[in-house]
Amino acid sequence: MINTTSQRAPGAVKAPGTERHFDRKGLVQMTLLGLLLILPVVAYFLGHLYYVNLASRITIIAMAAVGLNLAIGYGGMVSFGHAAYFGLGGYVAGISAYHAFDFTPFMSWPISVPGSDNLLVIWLAAALLCALLALVIGAISLRTTGVYFIMITLAFAQMIYYFANSWPTYGGEDGLPIYIRNTLPLLDTGNALTYFLICFIGLILAMALTSRLMKSRFGAALTMARLNDVRLATSGISPYPIRLVAFVISAAITGLAGALYADLNGFVSPTVLSWHFSGELMVIVILGGVGRLYGPLAGAVLFVMMETLLGGITQYWQLFLGLVLLGVVLFAQHGVMGLLAGRERNE
Amino acid sequence: MSVTLLIEQLLNGVQLGTMLFLMASGLTLVFGVMGLINLAHGSFYMVGAYATAAVTASTGSFLTGLAAGMAAAAVAGALVELIVIRRLYHRPHLDQVLATFALILIFSEGTRWIFGSSPLRLSPPSWLTGFVTLPGNTRYPIYRLVLIGVGIVIAIALYVLISRTRLGMRIRAGESDREMIGALGVNISKLYTVVFALGAGLAGLAGALVGALQSVQVGMGEPVLILAFVVIVIGGIGSIKGALLGALLVGVVDTLGRVYLPIFFRAFMPPSEASGVGAALAAMLIYILMAIILAFKPKGLFSAHD
Repeated sequence: MINTTSQRAPGAVKAPGTERHFDRKGLVQMTLLGLLLILPVVAYFLGHLYYVNLASRITIIAMAAVGLNLAIGYGGMVSFGHAAYFGLGGYVAGISAYHAFDFTPFMSWPISVPGSDNLLVIWLAAALLCALLALVIGAISLRTTGVYFIMITLAFAQMIYYFANSWPTYGGEDGLPIYIRNTLPLLDTGNALTYFLICFIGLILAMALTSRLMKSRFGAALTMARLNDVRLATSGISPYPIRLVAFVISAAITGLAGALYADLNGFVSPTVLSWHFSGELMVIVILGGVGRLYGPLAGAVLFVMMETLLGGITQYWQLFLGLVLLGVVLFAQHGVMGLLAGRERNE
Repeated sequence: MSVTLLIEQLLNGVQLGTMLFLMASGLTLVFGVMGLINLAHGSFYMVGAYATAAVTASTGSFLTGLAAGMAAAAVAGALVELIVIRRLYHRPHLDQVLATFALILIFSEGTRWIFGSSPLRLSPPSWLTGFVTLPGNTRYPIYRLVLIGVGIVIAIALYVLISRTRLGMRIRAGESDREMIGALGVNISKLYTVVFALGAGLAGLAGALVGALQSVQVGMGEPVLILAFVVIVIGGIGSIKGALLGALLVGVVDTLGRVYLPIFFRAFMPPSEASGVGAALAAMLIYILMAIILAFKPKGLFSAHD
């Protein structure tokens, strides 16, 4: 429906509403992305590293929310357990660096698996392991729907949380510090701006992947699985595998974001596995606007800004976050992007 | 692996189970009747505990405190239903999850604001402290036995309420066909408020009773809430019977797992590793149990909705 304006012949009379609508949306999106890219660069050259790292944080959280948005927004699968993938990604980075740091193998039997401080290896491992975990969790959870699905994904995430909490080798509830910054060939990943740009590229790739997926046949099937799965089944496509694949991709994106986050902080702990974090990711998706490509980014910007600004004023900032969130859910159902850029989905 | 330990841990498991039942019955009623998923149920647990601790400290009477705690939680529940929850019945589950998540933030931070971050002191009254000797020479705290007793009494009372009274008839009718009982002249919105307040009051009672055993602090409702979710998913959402059996199953399996799994692994592993592996596996045990049950019965053991 975005293409309604571009399909018209040039010079033809355009419906003013659609034209303005398209422009406004494009403008908001470009402004958002442009500011996210330019402000940290400016901050870096002014010497404000704090703001560069804040931008990296926003970018990574946005990427995790892009992953969740694929499940919730496009697939209609309300996962309350995406912290599990974010945390697992983080622990892959942490554990890998831990073994690379003291030269012990991660696994010695049946095959020897050494630790690694190469980010490419870590990212691949994080994405693959999160995909594998999501395949198992998804295969069981997707047998159910509605409230059951919400609670089961939550319960599985809690299982991982308690496991990380009580497993002493990698810090247990104290968390696992990462003593070395994991590396990439040719790049200085310890540099704040370089690391921000890596995260930024990650976010763009995740958004591009989502966009491509949703324009493909697979995306059409996923949309139909959300809207009416009986109709999808009637057309000869089974909804279950479609949902499962979307769930796995969603988890892999969130897991990659988790690996980036662990390296940004130099630390990973069960906090990122907690259900509070799953809730926050959902909040971000909703704040931004469910099922919109730029929704997670808008939500992450708003959330982290609120956290930083309100958190600077009062230590009880979560009370106000709660009130804002309640207001958004009750009165502004289409999120920030809905307010700024007009409605997108005809629901 | 003495018999004494087994009896003691079985009782602990049943005690955890009965308290989980108080939480889970409210959750499952609210879902069964209104079709609403309520994350803020743990907040009523916390409200009950705080109100009990505050009133007990000022009046010196635990029973008065307990009544005040239960009443405070029920009133909080009724207010929340009237102001917020009422607008959510026709919304998708996602909106319900987020709005009630927002309520958790508001309740938790509000409580922290009023009472501060450090835990409050609440201990059982002196006439409930002490031990009884059970068969097999097991010494067991009286207070925990009382908790089991309270759980049993509430379970029976709920059963009578739902199967023998007019209110219970309406609740059952609401579960099977919401529109129809509205058409028959039952005041649906009043029924919803009453059911919600009842569930909140039970959660508040559980919070107060457990608060005297552990500690009264912000966020105390959250682990219990998640366990209660596991309980109602296992038992079948909307079923009180399922909630009772699920709660006892989860309580006993969780408690025994935490005690016996490390012992079991010590049989063929070095002790330091065994306790780690055992503790980690014990923490996951009920979730594994839930996954197995759901793999065979995706709607739980006793689903009210087919």
